[in-house]
Amino acid sequence: MSTAKKRISMVLGVALLSGALAPFLPNYYAGLLSEVLIFAVFAMSLDLLVGFMGLPSLGHAAYFGMGSYTAGLIALNYTHNIWVCAAAGTLAALVTALLFGLLVLRTGGASFLMITLALSQILWGIAFKWRSFTGGEDGLSGIARTSMGIPWDLTPVHGFLWLAIIFFAVMGALIALYHISPFGLALQGIRESETRMRSLGYNVWLYKYIGHAVAAMVAGVSGVMFLFYNSFVSPNYLSTGFSAKALLMVILGGSGTLLGPVFGSLVIVALENVVSFFTERWMMIIGATYVLVVLFFPKGVLGSLGKLTGRRQG
Amino acid sequence: MNFWAMQTMNSLSLGILLFLIASGFSLIFGLMRIANLAHGSFYLLGAYVGLAVLNKTESWPLAVLAASVGVPVAGILLQRLFLNRLHNQELPQVLLTFGFMFIFADLALYLWGGTPQTLPKPEMFSSSVRFMGLVFPAYRLFVIGVGLFIAVGLWLFLEKTKVGAMVRAGVDDSEMARAVGINVPLIFTGVFALGVALAALAGVLGGPIIGVFPGLDLEILLLALVVVVIGGIGSIKGAFVGSLLVGILDNFGKALFPEIAFFTIFAPMALVLALRPKGLFGK
Repeated sequence: MSTAKKRISMVLGVALLSGALAPFLPNYYAGLLSEVLIFAVFAMSLDLLVGFMGLPSLGHAAYFGMGSYTAGLIALNYTHNIWVCAAAGTLAALVTALLFGLLVLRTGGASFLMITLALSQILWGIAFKWRSFTGGEDGLSGIARTSMGIPWDLTPVHGFLWLAIIFFAVMGALIALYHISPFGLALQGIRESETRMRSLGYNVWLYKYIGHAVAAMVAGVSGVMFLFYNSFVSPNYLSTGFSAKALLMVILGGSGTLLGPVFGSLVIVALENVVSFFTERWMMIIGATYVLVVLFFPKGVLGSLGKLTGRRQG
Repeated sequence: MNFWAMQTMNSLSLGILLFLIASGFSLIFGLMRIANLAHGSFYLLGAYVGLAVLNKTESWPLAVLAASVGVPVAGILLQRLFLNRLHNQELPQVLLTFGFMFIFADLALYLWGGTPQTLPKPEMFSSSVRFMGLVFPAYRLFVIGVGLFIAVGLWLFLEKTKVGAMVRAGVDDSEMARAVGINVPLIFTGVFALGVALAALAGVLGGPIIGVFPGLDLEILLLALVVVVIGGIGSIKGAFVGSLLVGILDNFGKALFPEIAFFTIFAPMALVLALRPKGLFGK
């Protein structure tokens, strides 16, 4: 089986599994599964920066949030057409990335981390304070799910879950192909050695700029999906805390792997929801998980398993 | 007229507080290449510890002492027990401090609750001072005074003492410093403790002005990062200039355009990143 087929089948495997489970899940768990799948795509988009390009970002929520908020504002003020909102949201994320890309791509490592943290937190601050436009702390709410060309009703939990599964399958497959595309392979080459790539004639900065924009677009789209899942968005989804959750999903699952972020999403969503039943101290648990993963599982769970699940290419 | 004078005073006192925080952050990063994302947490802990001591004893000197000595203990434990295991691994170290930021934040929430609180001002400085027909709160003048005193002291320490020279040697080239016989691990711990102490002290000093509440750690961290981006990482001079600039921008921004205040911090940061990515005085 060619690598492309193998990778796509891994993604489709997860989608099929979700699809098989879906009819049997009670509403609460069906909702959680939607969340897992949407965040899985978000985490995969973050890994496009972290594992794939070697750029550790603590500001990816900026693009997710821009997608969500833009889609929400369009839905509340202009049209409920899910496709228009999605396009607007993705475009907003792209534009933000094109702007931020000019500022952040001159650095790497810890500096990149700090700057992305600051930029996304500033967006959070703007959303938080600009009550008249963004709803401030209360965010945007009451966003309906209109079907618009999708042949089933999206309003019930299971209805939306089917959309989420299809979303995951499509985005996952695209990302799987992106990883092994010539452009993707060039990006990995840049991660390994910029000087070498430059001497081979690649316009390194341009590749990074585009790669960064692609990662942001996928994040934006997942933000739009999340808006319609949640019917609500708040500044929290622009914040460092949310970026951090996504980064933890990536690291826990294994950065640089195809399904690592998906696994990470499953674990973190489960952890958050289960832990909240027993204790209010889930923030400490997330922090402790971070510490433990960084100290003892730096390659992540799937990264350590390596061969089985689509290891880092090249 | 009084509005502008007041706002300038507020900007300066905020700027000096930011300097205490940012200089600690810069030192730690400059020397150990650790971006200590828990730095804001140490500010928060300092404020809470100060509050707790003040509530029990009403003694300001004791509160300052408890914060400046107690909180660094947590810092030293973090550095020796955890960060040292990830020696020279830049990214994992940063993520580790980030994990601890969550832990400290939740710990503070558990111990002191979620309601915003303010520290009471010391008796001596709780009144106002009249000068040239304008009225200034004495406490802010006190903060500016203490901050400048510490800034000068820090400069003297780094530039004029033997230990300071060792620190600077470590910043410039830690391998050479080790080769020359400087006990670099000890200096590392010492500087880390110093940086944390500065942040905790800032927490106590800032308590009566900014207050203390969950989420403050991230707010402070953000401002410190902006200062460091603008001023340049690893430079104390940059931290000083950056702090005053951010203090002025943040304060006037909030006073004049409260709804889009964050833009006033964002714009200069973006400008610096675009034109001088290493910061104004960066190495």
